[in-house]
Amino acid sequence: MAHSSVATPQEYNYEIIRKFSIMALVWGLLGMSAGLYAALQLAYPFLNFDIPEITFGRLRPVHTTLVIFGFGGSALFATSYYVLQRTCQTRLYSDTLASITFWGWQAVILLGALSYMLGFTQSKEYAEFEWPLDIAITVVWVCYFWLYVQTLRLRSQPHIYVANWFYLAFILATAILHIFNNIAIPVGLFTLKSYSVYSGVQDAMVQWWYGHNAVGFFLTAAFLGMMYYFVPKQAGRPVYSYRLSIVHFWALSFLYMWVGAHHLHWTALPDWTSTLAATFSIMLLLPSWGGMINGIMTLSGAWHKLRTDPIMLFLIAALSFYGMSTFEGPLMSLKSVNALSHYTDWTIGHVHSGALGWVALISFGSFYHMIPRLYDTRLYSTRLVYVHFFLATIGILLYITAMWVSGIGQGLMLRAFDDFGNLAYTFMETVTFMHVPYVVRAIGGAFFLSGVIIMAYNILMTIRQAKAEQAAMEAKIAAKMARA
Amino acid sequence: MIKHESIETNAGLLIALTMIVISIGGLVEIVPLFFIEDTIEKVEGVRPYTPLELRGRDIYQREGCYLCHSQMIRPFRDEMLRYGHYSLAAESQYDHPFQWGSKRTGPDLGRVGGKYSNEWHVAHLLRPRDVVPGSIMPNYPWLLENDLPYSDIQARMRALRTAGVPYSASQEEYEANVERFGEEVAKQLDILNAEENLMRQALNGNYDGNRGRITEMDAIVAYLQVLGTMVDFGQYDQGYFVEFR
Repeated sequence: MAHSSVATPQEYNYEIIRKFSIMALVWGLLGMSAGLYAALQLAYPFLNFDIPEITFGRLRPVHTTLVIFGFGGSALFATSYYVLQRTCQTRLYSDTLASITFWGWQAVILLGALSYMLGFTQSKEYAEFEWPLDIAITVVWVCYFWLYVQTLRLRSQPHIYVANWFYLAFILATAILHIFNNIAIPVGLFTLKSYSVYSGVQDAMVQWWYGHNAVGFFLTAAFLGMMYYFVPKQAGRPVYSYRLSIVHFWALSFLYMWVGAHHLHWTALPDWTSTLAATFSIMLLLPSWGGMINGIMTLSGAWHKLRTDPIMLFLIAALSFYGMSTFEGPLMSLKSVNALSHYTDWTIGHVHSGALGWVALISFGSFYHMIPRLYDTRLYSTRLVYVHFFLATIGILLYITAMWVSGIGQGLMLRAFDDFGNLAYTFMETVTFMHVPYVVRAIGGAFFLSGVIIMAYNILMTIRQAKAEQAAMEAKIAAKMARA
Repeated sequence: MIKHESIETNAGLLIALTMIVISIGGLVEIVPLFFIEDTIEKVEGVRPYTPLELRGRDIYQREGCYLCHSQMIRPFRDEMLRYGHYSLAAESQYDHPFQWGSKRTGPDLGRVGGKYSNEWHVAHLLRPRDVVPGSIMPNYPWLLENDLPYSDIQARMRALRTAGVPYSASQEEYEANVERFGEEVAKQLDILNAEENLMRQALNGNYDGNRGRITEMDAIVAYLQVLGTMVDFGQYDQGYFVEFR
């Protein structure tokens, strides 16, 4: 066989992708279980069992960290290494660096979750890791960046594919956000406790600049990178519009960084900042929907695939939820809407329509496409992919509907007055009102989690099947050799 | 005009332009907050936490209270009626990090100080449903069981001093604090007397109802009782704070 300069699949580093994929599923199962349990604690508080390590306040960051950084992060490492190698047609620049990112990231997630349960937290949402873990994350991230850039330089063709722009923006933005939000003074070298260098209003601004862009770059830009590779691949068609992807990329990268302060409407943050954030939040609707349209329209001319291909269902449903939550977001960032929605479960519902509907579904779809290719086999069961899809969709709908009811309901009750101008409800009455939505939310979460359990089973069987096929093949070859 | 092709064939250029594009928003919105003087209202009474309150705040963070309770009252009629005067930026100027929160599964705590007795807080933290039927807050029995560790209180105050909180580490700084906060407060902010101050406040305040021990309950109740009480709003005209918004 003639050798070409293009690497064949055997020459790619698939091992690192397999490892990250499996850990993404492991953290997904654990993190979503933690979330389900936390949801049940809100409906039935006896479930806290007076055990410090699992009370709601300590379990909630365990949930968010495991799903965002454990599941989402590992899925991003896996797919970015896959996309990078396939689109550059070259092997990763260094296997050692790749391994460092794997073991480093897994250690940080595990130690982070344990440290929250033991009571060590910076108490900044989605940045709860204490300072030694923050330093470890920085080291892993520098390795990731270096590996990414060096591999890009080895690419066998001049153009850098659009998916890589998004992954690159995610790596750069996450680095900036992580470093500036986590600057803290440790109490001592041998204690985990530290205090943020920022205080009060400035700290709030830095934190939500970080917090919203953790959503914007970690949970959006990077997963758009995933979208730009796996949707066209699975559809068997090129991206709908090259021009739109350029506008999408630059507009999204520029606008996202302005919107964090919409988490601080009506607070002690100066009005000019929150007004600026609201304005940019509205503008952000345009690139968000540009990206969604670019993804969905990629399927134009191949719509029939939705009838026969459950993986396509995942990808298109993900884009639909992306469109829905990026419409809901700007709506909630209007000051008048925010006055009602802020501090309520509406925010929680919004996050989950993005996190479950967009982030998780696009990851599941990409994994169903990618994992059989990593093991050079077919999926164990397409039927189970359908089952997963419907469990997930029912789960999401129950979840976000319950949160709309509880959030808007609480918001309305808290601002209601009786005929004499007194408050119509006590705070406690709103808590009682929220019980039923909390139960429904937990049921929705259970649906979603059971879908992931089915996926894990399907993937496990796919891997076993691949190993059996390989063993059979080797036996055949051995038999042939013996005869010869 | 450069063609986009020149960006997408040059990794270095792509990285440089991306860095520029993602930096602008943060620079414009964050940096001025450190320099515009009106960002924090000019108001009297706000002081750093005493050693005991500080340890209470540490426990508040440890238990993740901020995940269900905000400390940021917004300027709405219902919130004023329910919680009191809207929160000022000045009131959290010594909060490293801020505890404004993002969710009210329970009520805002920005002005909970002085609203309930110490006994109520102890009973509520031990078993919330004993005093608030239907509450979904977890029980925190260990707060009363655990002795409060405070051997590292000086290290904690020094870390905060590095971050900019005016705890005094020298005679000079102490005197500056006397000028700024008055003698009584300045004594509490003196790092060298931190243990003594902590013990004295816990024993005199007797927040947990047990004079024999200093527990985590002492610290957290002391912290809760000071929340939102530092500014005397009677001193200021209505509308004074609007100038700063």
